[in-house]
Amino acid sequence: MRDLSLHILDLAENSVRAKAKLVTIGVGVDEKKKITLTIEDDGCGMDAELLQRVMSPFGTTRTTRKVGLGIPLMAQNARLTGGDIDVKSQVGVGTVFTATLYGDSIDCLPLGDLPGTVVSLVTANPEGPDFLLKCSSPKGEMSFDTREVRQALGDVPLNEPEIAAWMLEAIREELEPIFGGVIL
Amino acid sequence: MKSMAELEAIRQRTLQRINLRREDESENIRVVIGMATCGIAAGARPVMMAFMDEINKRSLSHVTVSQTGCIGMCRLEPMVDVYLPGKEKVTYVHMTPEKVGRVVAEHIVNGRPVTEYTIGAAEDK
Repeated sequence: MRDLSLHILDLAENSVRAKAKLVTIGVGVDEKKKITLTIEDDGCGMDAELLQRVMSPFGTTRTTRKVGLGIPLMAQNARLTGGDIDVKSQVGVGTVFTATLYGDSIDCLPLGDLPGTVVSLVTANPEGPDFLLKCSSPKGEMSFDTREVRQALGDVPLNEPEIAAWMLEAIREELEPIFGGVIL
Repeated sequence: MKSMAELEAIRQRTLQRINLRREDESENIRVVIGMATCGIAAGARPVMMAFMDEINKRSLSHVTVSQTGCIGMCRLEPMVDVYLPGKEKVTYVHMTPEKVGRVVAEHIVNGRPVTEYTIGAAEDK
């Protein structure tokens, strides 16, 4: 993956597949440039055995083949910076994925296009789940909730191109003061 | 924040478009993008965003964009399937945002697949 927003997109797809109703994506950067990514869902969750398996590149819920690289790739990129990942999950309750990265490491990936990640998640999954993006840095914080958009739109699906364009703009506008134009 | 009033105006416009689409379902075109780990790593997201942007610019009301998982040809990602009504699906491989403009103009609008971007052309090499 070229940047962290692509990892987030990839991992949030796991939440979609776990039949989550709400996926909360958190991106926090503190004054020391420590980055905390969280992906929290209320999907079906994993038992201890499956949780162990998905941490390995040779573990997946897929039946078509034997590899699943999403979590291992994220773990590798977090560890390269001196950080790590943590996954907590409970069957029937949901999963919380956390990755910690150190932004001052030369190996830390840039944050990338977070608005693009959220909008492509929504476009690809118009029927839900809903996504809540929460970002914070020493400069401030923002949140964007697709439940509000869904409510405002009523019976119009969220994957209409004009709505995608609006969401992109809306998220960008709010993110810029927090992370700057190009991120980290 | 972009205003919710703006969203309401978009809602009104979109509603008309959707109704048009419902009236004539046989004309609907589907664009399906591979968005598994392999697709995302290869650059599927900018391709999807480019399709949305191009469809929005051209106001193509009868085109929907959706995603699929990994179909096992990760080396050819980003892959995009285009379904035109009454025609066999066309699979594009190694897609980039730059290629999207031509696929939309020539295939989606004018019905002529861009042969050189298809899986057939890639496999012949």
